[in-house]
Amino acid sequence: MSGQTGQSVQLHLTVEDQAKLSGALGPGMAMAMRIVVALARLSLAPQLIDVESAHIDGCLYHGQAGLDFAEKLVELGAVVTVPTTLNVSSLDLMHPGLVRQGPAETAAARRLMDAYVALGARSTWTCAPYQLDGRPTEGIDIAWAESNAIVFANSVLGARTARYGDFVDICAAITGRVPLAGLHVPENRVPTMQLDCSGIPSRVLDSDAAWAALGFVVGQQVGESVCILTGLAPEIANEDRLKALGATAASSGGVALFHIKGVTPEAVAAGAAWPAEGVLRVEITPTMLRAARDELTTATIGDRLDAVSIGTPHFSLTEFAKLAEILDDGVPFHPSCTVWISTSRDVLATAQAAGFAQVCEASGAKIVVDTCTYLVPILAETVRTAMTTSGKWAWYAPANMGISVMFGSLAECIDSARAGRVIRSESAWQ
Amino acid sequence: MSRLGSDAAVRQVRALTLCAGDGFGEILWLDEPLSFWGGTDLASGVIIDVHHPQRGLSLAGRVVVMSASRGSSSSSSVLAEQVRAGVGPVAIVLSSRDLIVTLGALAAAEIYGIRMPILLLDAAGLALLPRSGPVVVSATDAAASVNWSVPSTS
Repeated sequence: MSGQTGQSVQLHLTVEDQAKLSGALGPGMAMAMRIVVALARLSLAPQLIDVESAHIDGCLYHGQAGLDFAEKLVELGAVVTVPTTLNVSSLDLMHPGLVRQGPAETAAARRLMDAYVALGARSTWTCAPYQLDGRPTEGIDIAWAESNAIVFANSVLGARTARYGDFVDICAAITGRVPLAGLHVPENRVPTMQLDCSGIPSRVLDSDAAWAALGFVVGQQVGESVCILTGLAPEIANEDRLKALGATAASSGGVALFHIKGVTPEAVAAGAAWPAEGVLRVEITPTMLRAARDELTTATIGDRLDAVSIGTPHFSLTEFAKLAEILDDGVPFHPSCTVWISTSRDVLATAQAAGFAQVCEASGAKIVVDTCTYLVPILAETVRTAMTTSGKWAWYAPANMGISVMFGSLAECIDSARAGRVIRSESAWQ
Repeated sequence: MSRLGSDAAVRQVRALTLCAGDGFGEILWLDEPLSFWGGTDLASGVIIDVHHPQRGLSLAGRVVVMSASRGSSSSSSVLAEQVRAGVGPVAIVLSSRDLIVTLGALAAAEIYGIRMPILLLDAAGLALLPRSGPVVVSATDAAASVNWSVPSTS
């Protein structure tokens, strides 16, 4: 009896690939190359290609195996050969003691971070590497991990990355090679679905939270397919909104690439050719956005509010500027409610230089760097109800932290934090 | 095949090797895709995803049959860690080329030399597998198979 799924593609390795695999460039390079070549065979790739940068998600501690893998690469003398950034870790190194975990776990998490730095990666500790200098540009092949970074790089920057994750991310950084497969292949980047957003009133899209809700709908509608959104005015689609859209779509559906007509680089280049004739068209309505908002919500309007968490993915400089403007009126937060902002150490330094961070902190907001408030214990153990502008945070926090979550706009979050109870403005979503 | 009982006929389904190794255990069919990260307990291999129909079952020591994983790529790390700790599956039979699951097994092989086989089967092959009972999984780079016994008819 036979049940083989037998497709056979011959993987062509260059002389240099073979040298890396053979150990001629050291045992660390050989170990990394074995993983890349295994992935290429799995993906039925015909060859490997160069990447210009890598972003590593393996630096978040998930147990002994991840640490042993990284330390083995260090021990074998491996180093990255392309510019490499690091995703969030399990610790805030700038604010020690903020993350509540035992000394053993803290030590292991720290060892993992040290191992990746020893391999030559930059201590960026951010899920939003696209907010750093030197980000990739259109048409450039990269090897990025972390679902929100992947979808942003592919969609908003027009760079090309497949869905990389733990183990293979660092191996791509060391070898500088990845399989020619997935979204590295131009044909796989063409939209196969059209989502018509022309029925969403522009006043609804004034709120960044609406873009996260839209992302939730996109993920539900397309799963892992590539889609093109039409009917969105180019001038309202800024990077913070596209960040929110992509991160939520990657959580709810596994989206790694979306296009927006007239906005994202490949859609602009394709012009009238996209969407192609006959592509499945789905109409997106304000009702669908409200349904998404409600699916991302487990708390009830009027509940006592213990915490607000913003900055998932990491808060950008423009988001700091916007928040500082709102908080500049000096109205304090309710004493029972703590506002948390997750960001990167790089963006925080710029936000401090601009004076935005000080305004936020003066009003009582607490800033977390290097990690994120839904991954490790940071919020007080007494928190029962939290509010967020992040679709991704709202998606993961109830299960990760055992709390109730209200998803809403930044204005709703700040109003609620000041009142100490959950407030939502229905008119903003109509 | 003596482990499967003496007075029995052996059945076999051939598959494609995604990761080489040998495994022996009770077969466990997952009714839905599963994220190892967030969906299973890191320390015990028990399914904890509240949305999964088989919540509460343990993957430890089982030959797991599943279509694919779901969600986070951190599942690779979680699977490798469970294999290291001896609370992971002993073999996985997939019906798709799931990179996340396979990378977890490849990493465990690189770090610890523990070779948990990952096999790929098409729908016709899957239909031939037993729904329960012990099976032996054997996978080299050249060939892979799932073997089990049925009561002898002679």
